[in-house]
This record gives sequence, structure tokens and C-alpha cells, in this order.
Amino acid sequence: MLEVQGLRKVYKSAGRSGRSGQREVEALRDLTFTVDTGELVCLVGPSGCGKTTLLRCIAGLLEPSGGKVSLDGREVNGPSPGLAMVFQEYGRSLFPWMSVRDNVELPLRQKKLPRERRVELVEQALEAVGLAGTESAFPWQLSGGMQQRVAIARAVAYEPSTLLMDEPFAAVDAQTRADLEDLVRALWQRLGVTVLFITHDIDEAVYLGQRVVMLSSSPTVVQDEVTVDLPADRDQLHTRADPRFTALRTHVYEQIQAAKLGAVSQAAPRS
Amino acid sequence: MKRLAYVLGLPVVLFAAWFVISAGSENFYAPPLSRILESFGRTWTLDRLQADVLPSLWRLIAGYVLASVIGVALGVAIGLSRGLRATVEPVLEFFRAIPPPVLVPVIMLFAGIGDGMKIIVIVFGCVWPVLLNTVEGVRAVDSVQLDTARAYGIGGPARIRQVVLPAASPQIAAGLRQALSIAIILMVISEMFAASNGLGFTIVQFQRSFAIPEMWSGIILLGLLGFALSLLFRLAEGWVLRWYHGLRSVTKGR
Ligand SMILES: Nc1ncnc2c1ncn2[C@@H]1O[C@H](COP(=O)(O)OP(=O)(O)O)[C@@H](O)[C@H]1O
Ligand SMILES: [Mg+2]
Repeated sequence: MLEVQGLRKVYKSAGRSGRSGQREVEALRDLTFTVDTGELVCLVGPSGCGKTTLLRCIAGLLEPSGGKVSLDGREVNGPSPGLAMVFQEYGRSLFPWMSVRDNVELPLRQKKLPRERRVELVEQALEAVGLAGTESAFPWQLSGGMQQRVAIARAVAYEPSTLLMDEPFAAVDAQTRADLEDLVRALWQRLGVTVLFITHDIDEAVYLGQRVVMLSSSPTVVQDEVTVDLPADRDQLHTRADPRFTALRTHVYEQIQAAKLGAVSQAAPRS
Repeated sequence: MKRLAYVLGLPVVLFAAWFVISAGSENFYAPPLSRILESFGRTWTLDRLQADVLPSLWRLIAGYVLASVIGVALGVAIGLSRGLRATVEPVLEFFRAIPPPVLVPVIMLFAGIGDGMKIIVIVFGCVWPVLLNTVEGVRAVDSVQLDTARAYGIGGPARIRQVVLPAASPQIAAGLRQALSIAIILMVISEMFAASNGLGFTIVQFQRSFAIPEMWSGIILLGLLGFALSLLFRLAEGWVLRWYHGLRSVTKGR
């Protein structure tokens, strides 16, 4: 189970004029939500609202300025072995000097798994994302969608209990994106991992999630949460045409609009 | 085949021009190329190669390898640590500004005139391009790659070996390439100062005894040596960095 309580993050960067000291950016103001074990939750929020910041705090890559994150009951204060992350910039997160196989295998070697087990995990993971046969290619020899599959395979082979995905499909074409969305749901159902999936795409959030958490624009708080009561078996054609899907989508859209207006009316008196 | 023609084309033309222009030369110091080539075969016998070229090569390689290891190791440490960088950078800038040949007499005082002195001179000259390029390469490692490594528990030596070094390797290779030509120059210079064998020493000996064609043949041999070494370097680099060249051709094509 993933718990985020009162999370706040302020970036401090040295101001340009040395004397005025530090310039502060409040990326996250106050976030509280939980993701139950085995749940698939989507987080939507506008660009720049601090989604990546949030994930980096959860992954233990960034120290929060306030509040806390706990994973399966233990407070996060560094990268944890039970957690894998798929980065937004898949092209930059795969190592271009390693073959696809080595990219997927490297984290497993750090876990000191025996060789046979590693081979098995790599093979299964690549098979699961539909990349069997590309083991010895370099990542940059593959298309964007395939590169993102490699990144997903790497995360899956790591056997995490929690999987974080940061706008993983923002940069791939629509068809590939639909395939990858189905892949994520299939993997989630098969592996039973807890998934926190971040996106700025409302349709994607409703299509994928069991629950959608909406973030306001900066200064960021949780705007609203909605349970997606669509059947567990989803497919691109029918689910997206379901009236319930449309209703949920509209609701999420309205909430995000409201958040934007709220931010504006809040900001107005100050300026 | 075509590439080979491009590589060899200009040198062949230049040599032919030298051959033709110098053909009737009466100048004692610039003998016809035909006489130089003739003396080449006579001068660089197997014995001589063993006696003079091998020691030179050994000093060159020892100094170069040592400089590379020191440069990369220090470069990684400095590149990864901001504190270390702030402390040593001004000192480095100072040492780097000293032309290494100036140090030959100084180093002779400490290290004598044996192989040790020559290797130290080569190390001192070669280490800078390797060091500075490594620092730059390490500092420029993509933050997403570093985050990925951290998120997947890749730390300590594995992080350096599997992520930092490969990511910085194109830049490190650029430093190593510069260092190679500096190494050859310093090898010759250190041998010209004080030595009892070696290519630089032999060339100076020929010049002092007015064996001019032999002197020229030594210079040609030196050129060939440099060419062969840089060719080897390129082949090795092309193999080790094949991912980088592939990646670049892909991103350029897009
Ligand atoms: N390292 C950083 N230093 C200072 N500000 C940052 C840093 N990273 C992100 N920010 C700022 O924090 C805010 C949220 O960024 P981010 O988490 O990347 O948003 P998102 O992923 O939702 O697009 C932005 O205003 C961004 O400019
Ligand atoms: Mg982001």
C-alpha cells in the first residue's frame, strides 16, 4: 500500500542576482491520498502541476519539504527495492550503450539474482511486452513505442510490488498508445502489482484506472477523487463508447476546469 | 575500397610530389627522396628497430596508459564531486598551463635520465586532456540516466562502471585521442634531451653526425609510427563506441 500524507515540495534554486538569495518554487502544496495494494490508480493533472515531482518523492529520488510517503507501512527515505519506475523520458532513461537484454538485466544483477533466474525474468518480461526477439538490439534501433516497452519490461522484470509510471505514453502515436494502454492493464491484472499511473490525458486516466485522483494546477493539492465503476474487462472500442465512461470523463474534465478557475480566482486578488 | 583510396590518396600525392621535386636536389640537407628511401631500408634493420624503436614504444605506451588511468580515475572523482571540483579546479588550471617540455630538465633532476623520467614527462603532458575531458563528460551525464540508476538500486562501483563511464565515454575518447598525439611528441622530446637509445635520440644522433638521409628516414619512420597508432586508436574507438556512432546516425536521420 502506498500512502502519501500532507506531501509538500518546495524547490529552492539560487536566485540569479546573488544577493537576493534563493528563489522558491512551490511545486506541491499539500497532497494526501492512498493507493491500496493491487490497485491501479491514475493521477491526472495539468502540465507543470508537479506530477513528476510527486513521483520522484515517492520513488525516493527527491526529499520532500514536508509530509511523508510510506510504502507498505515503511516510510520512504531513499529508493526502495520494492518499487520500479517508468520515466517520462523513455529515450533518456534507457542506456544507449547496452543492448535491450542488458538494459532489462542490469537492475537484476544489482539485486544479486542468480544467472538462470535473471535470464528467465528477462525473457519473460520481454515476452510479456511483446518484444521477444529484440534482445540484442540497441534501444535506439527501436521505435519510440518499442523503447517504451523496453522500459516497461525493465520495470516488470524487477518484480516490484509497486509500479510508478510517469506519463509513459505522452510521446507515442495514438495507435501505439492504445496498444500500450491495453498492455499496462493486462500486466497489472496478471502480476497483481500496485500501479500509480500518471497522465495529463483525462481519457487515458478514466480508461486505465480503477480510481482517478485529480490534481489542481500549481500550487498543487488533490482536487477530487473518483472511482471508475467500469467493468474490469475493458477494450478500446466498447469501453470508450460506454455512456458511463463519457460521464466519468466529463466529471474529471469539469473538476480540472474548476481547479484551474479556482487557481485563477485565488491568484487574482494577490496580483 | 573507396574509403581506403580517400585515406591514402593525399599522402600518396604528397610523397610523389616530394619525390619529383627533390629528385635532382643538390642541397646537402635536403637530399632526394630516393636516397632517403634507400637509406631507410639500410638504417632500420631489425636490430635497430629492436634497439631503438621498441624502447621508445614501451615508454610511449607506459606513459600513455598511466596517464589514461590517472586521468580517467581523477576525472571521474572530480566530475562526481562538486566539493572536490571547487577545490582542485584552480590548481589544475595552473598545472595545465605549464608546457610539459619545460618540465623535462626539472623532472630529470628528480627522476634521472632513465625510462622513469621519460614516462613521467609523457604522463604529465597527456594527463590533462584525459582528465579535463573526463570531468566534462562525467558532469554532462544525463540526469535521467542517473535517476534511473538510483531508482533501480544501481549504486557504488556498478553505477560508475555501468552508467557514468559509458555515458562519458565519447568525451573521454576525445581526450584520449588528443593525449595520444601529445604522447608521441613528448616521447621524442624527452629522448632528445637525454637518452642512450630511442627514436628521438637516434634522429638527433644522425643529425649531429651529418647522416642527413638517415635522419630524414627516422623522421619518416616517426610519421609512420604516429599514423599507425592513430589508426589503431580509431579502430578501437570505432568498436568500443559503436553504440555512440549508431545512436548519432539515428538521431541525425530523424
Ligand atoms: N529541479 C527543479 N528545480 C526547480 N524547479 C523545478 C525543478 N523541477 C521541477 N520544477 C518546477 O516544479 C513544477 C512542477 O514540475 P513537474 O513536477 O515536472 O511537473 P509535471 O510533471 O506535472 O509537468 C514546475 O513549475 C517546474 O518548473
Ligand atoms: Mg512531468
